[in-house]
Amino acid sequence: MLAREHMEKSKNFREYAITRLIRVSGYSAIVFVALIFFFLLREGIPALAEVDLGTLFSTRWYPIEGLYGILPLITGSLIVTVGAMLVAVPFGIGTAVFMSEIAPRWLREVLKPLVELLGGLPSVVLGFLGILLLSPYLRVLLDLPTGLTALAGAILLGGIAVPTIVSIAEDALDAVPTSYREGAWALGATRWQTIWRVTLPAARSGILTAVMLGIGRTIGETMTVMMVTGNAPVLAVHLNSLFSPVRTMTATIAAEMGEVASGSNHYHVLFFIGMVLFLISLAVNLSAAAIVFRSKKRAERVLS
Amino acid sequence: MVENKIVIEDLSLSYTDGTESLHEISLNIPVNAISVLFGPAGGGKSSLLRCLNRLNDLADVRTVAGRILLDGVDILDPATDVIALRRRVGMVFARPVVLPLSIRGNLTYGLELAGEKRRSRLDEAAERGLKLAALWDEVKERLDDPAIALSGGQQQRLCLARVLAQQPEVILLDEPTSGLDPISTSKVEGALQELKREYTIVLVPHSVQQAARTADYAAFFLQGGLIEYGVDKELFTHPKKQRTEDYVEGRFG
Amino acid sequence: MKKTFLNRDLIQRLGFSMISLVALFTVVPIVGVMIYIILQGAPAISWEFLTAMPRDGMRAGGIWPAIVGTFYLTVGTAVFSVPLGIAAAIYLSEYASENWLTRTIRIAIISLAGIPSVVYGLFGLGLFVLFLQFGTSILAASLTLSIMTLPVIISASEEALRSVPQAFRTVSISLGGTRWQTIRRIVLPQALPGIITGVILGLERAAGETAPILFTGAAFFLPRLPGSPLDATMALPYHLFVISTQVPEMPFQIQYGTALVLIIFVLGMNLVATVIRSRARAKRQW
Ligand SMILES: Nc1ncnc2c1ncn2[C@@H]1O[C@H](COP(=O)(O)OP(=O)(O)O)[C@@H](O)[C@H]1O
Ligand SMILES: [Mg+2]
Repeated sequence: MLAREHMEKSKNFREYAITRLIRVSGYSAIVFVALIFFFLLREGIPALAEVDLGTLFSTRWYPIEGLYGILPLITGSLIVTVGAMLVAVPFGIGTAVFMSEIAPRWLREVLKPLVELLGGLPSVVLGFLGILLLSPYLRVLLDLPTGLTALAGAILLGGIAVPTIVSIAEDALDAVPTSYREGAWALGATRWQTIWRVTLPAARSGILTAVMLGIGRTIGETMTVMMVTGNAPVLAVHLNSLFSPVRTMTATIAAEMGEVASGSNHYHVLFFIGMVLFLISLAVNLSAAAIVFRSKKRAERVLS
Repeated sequence: MVENKIVIEDLSLSYTDGTESLHEISLNIPVNAISVLFGPAGGGKSSLLRCLNRLNDLADVRTVAGRILLDGVDILDPATDVIALRRRVGMVFARPVVLPLSIRGNLTYGLELAGEKRRSRLDEAAERGLKLAALWDEVKERLDDPAIALSGGQQQRLCLARVLAQQPEVILLDEPTSGLDPISTSKVEGALQELKREYTIVLVPHSVQQAARTADYAAFFLQGGLIEYGVDKELFTHPKKQRTEDYVEGRFG
Repeated sequence: MKKTFLNRDLIQRLGFSMISLVALFTVVPIVGVMIYIILQGAPAISWEFLTAMPRDGMRAGGIWPAIVGTFYLTVGTAVFSVPLGIAAAIYLSEYASENWLTRTIRIAIISLAGIPSVVYGLFGLGLFVLFLQFGTSILAASLTLSIMTLPVIISASEEALRSVPQAFRTVSISLGGTRWQTIRRIVLPQALPGIITGVILGLERAAGETAPILFTGAAFFLPRLPGSPLDATMALPYHLFVISTQVPEMPFQIQYGTALVLIIFVLGMNLVATVIRSRARAKRQW
């Protein structure tokens, strides 16, 4: 009797311990986000004390002389991201529309894994191809002094964003009820008109999410841009800057962090940039999530 | 003087969405008999069954009031060992849900969870359950096959056998034959007639006919209330309340 | 009337051709590039290339230490992220109720998924390398990669767990099972193929990443294999970066060969995941 009771007790304890463990693991994501933010703040905030704001938001990034102007890096990230979106949005959404609305089933089954293949390629491989194939080609084609430009980065980052955009946009298009399309056909619309006037508008929040997440991936991308954009921290204010070398925030961290002394001003400024990147990615991803959330709510309201 | 296995006193239950699914139900469940709970859908029969083994703990229940005495002990008491309770009060659901295990694995599942490791005991229990559920002859050769390979009727009897293998005291059945063909249905009903000698059975039938065929005691439920209670077949032959009569004679469903 | 119909038809045809072209332009480069890498890289791949140490400032010899390093990092990442990620997914799918805390967890997971990989590198440098003094090491790099991998594993595992029919849980509980017994004996085994698929996809990402290990564990060149988790290591993606940007007069063939090995490593994992998924779907009993 006693032994049995003991067994029950130990089993209860085991169950209790496991449940505890699972619960704690469940909270881990919160802990990690907080920890990441904490460490970025801890190492990044001192930059504000060590480097005066005027210098920090100036246009010269030249750490050896204590010039830590991050504007060229921000504009570098911006121009590469904008360029990448100019590539990825039409190609991504176009491919999604093709796969979900036009292609026969078998073709779709062939295309899907191919696009996913692109998504699975390590970014360092794309950077490698950029150096060996894309940039020499661009240099000759556009008659530039070097092919390692914002444009090369934009094209490759566009390629990186395409799979993200395709898969989310395609899901959104698939989620549009068939009855919408049939309704439009019944009214005499062609399939093309239906796509433009019914399906795409109905899927717009999903497509917007797709683009947002594509932007998120692009801004955060590191190795590819570091390898192909030429690494020149010059202010990029014109679209013309696409044809010259630039330097993004991510590439700056990746290229310089390995060589700085920990605790130095330079080190703190790089963490500060990391903090900015963290906040940007947070804003982009959370607003994408909010779009999804809100449109889900709307759908629930409509359906109930 | 009948002996009551379960005594339900003023049981009320409402779900978090606000529906009051049971309203002040008082009902006795006699031992060694089939008690039938019947009535139109939404009457609260399933809700009541789920109270009897505290399976409602999993649902979105807002409040439960009243008492349910099993052998004189209130099972709604928060201190109740619900795991032990569920072993004593087994349940068979409307849709046969076999666990994704072998036939034998389904039968010994409950006992293994309870810590039984002896192979002989497990085999014994499996055989007993299958025999009581009138399934032994059909599956004894292939106990290690996946249970999903059985037919619908066999699966439902396996679910019954799985409960019986645990040697419960009470068996709850919620429309156990609703998806079955007539032959399987009569096999299940036949098994229940055998089983009531040893067990206390609470059955929610899937039709008035089945209620009339099987009932030793019958209770008619309508919109969360217990309308009428009767011994043997009297509810079906001489109902006292107009609404019972209307329902039994098929004037509403 | 007739004219507008013709117009509409023409517009549709033009539109469809345009979209098809766009899709073609998306897919053809992918296929082309893959074929190109295979053609260029395949001649480099030999037994020696795969199993020898690099020589002549990495311009000759093999990439064995990079392969081993990536293997160590992937396993190290799995050691931390798999148990934690699956447990977190179990919590979300089996225990959590819809309240502010759960919503906060979900927001945190979305946030983790979006953090740039180089920022993970910074974090790993700050926490594991410097603060916890693990140094530039396999341990620090694996921990960094695990946190990066966590949201992928959690999301995929949660989806797999949620797809197990609720009825199994109800039945198991009704037979006297506790919640954990139900998870352990029914839910987890049924969700396992989906979980494994998610885990592999997460680890695939970790295996191909460079930025998070740049300052946490990657070594430019090591004359021998790492001897303990506290040693730095070479790794395939970082090695490809090094030989394509940092080493002058690098033979193309070795570069393409390295790229091909990395791709095979990563896409091989992807293939395994896909096979497991489709096998499990075919075998599924519900
Ligand atoms: N889990 C639940 N959550 C909310 N309401 C429920 C739940 N289960 C049952 N109900 C409601 O309780 C009432 C009684 O249902 P039920 O007990 O299933 O009746 P019966 O089995 O007699 O058809 C119904 O109105 C039903 O909608
Ligand atoms: Mg019911």
